[in-house]
Amino acid sequence: MSNFSVAFREFDIATILTVRGELDAHTAPELESAIKKCVDEGKIRLIVNGNGLDYISSAGLGVFMAYIEEIRALDGDIKICALKPKVFGVFDLLGFPRIYHIVETEEEALSLFNQGIQPV
Amino acid sequence: MSSASRIHTLTIPSATRCLRKVRQFVTQHARQAKLTDHHTNALILAVDEACANVIEHAYQQDPDNELTITMTIESTRVVVKIRDHGLPFNREDYQRPNVVELSRKRRSGGLGVDIMRRMMDQVEYSARENMNEVRLIKFIRQSE
Repeated sequence: MSNFSVAFREFDIATILTVRGELDAHTAPELESAIKKCVDEGKIRLIVNGNGLDYISSAGLGVFMAYIEEIRALDGDIKICALKPKVFGVFDLLGFPRIYHIVETEEEALSLFNQGIQPV
Repeated sequence: MSSASRIHTLTIPSATRCLRKVRQFVTQHARQAKLTDHHTNALILAVDEACANVIEHAYQQDPDNELTITMTIESTRVVVKIRDHGLPFNREDYQRPNVVELSRKRRSGGLGVDIMRRMMDQVEYSARENMNEVRLIKFIRQSE
């Protein structure tokens, strides 16, 4: 049984993907499928809520790298929120905050979409 | 090797479903080494990355192969060796990754070796007689 799950919630301005468990080379394809499904359905403003994410390895980070250009080319974005300090540390180590909006709360992420603010 | 060294070994099939078991193995024995939580998390991530690389690159996802993880706890350091009999890692081809460039190229891979190097005090590779070995070394410190 997988120790990872993704749940979807729809808002007017964005789709929130709540991820839980451990994101590694075994479970990363589940996140990839979830993001691909959103893109295929035209949902290109995505917020990944990592409040329940206990672990991430490079395979998990790779999913974000694989999709961000395609989604931004469609005028969308992936914003990341509510990461635990241990998980944020892995994103931070590799420089993800330079190219992704990583914020504390869903409300902040939704606000960034509402204001049309894009990452630098 | 010190007589006080403790050696623990885990052999797994070359399958990503076993990575969780690897992390549990490292967690359990890192406690014995009295590594800080920060250093334990670093070691878990580095070992996970090393094993995932073996499964994906050395064994090309073929689950009929095995890799062996040996964790030696010494008085001043923890040494983890990951051994396989697959394709060797070509260090000459390795370039330090840039997340901006990888994202632009829509690449999902290429960060694992960089993570291992950033997390560990030493990372060493050897290959001989059809066996590859990566050695991950973390020194035991009382604080971060």
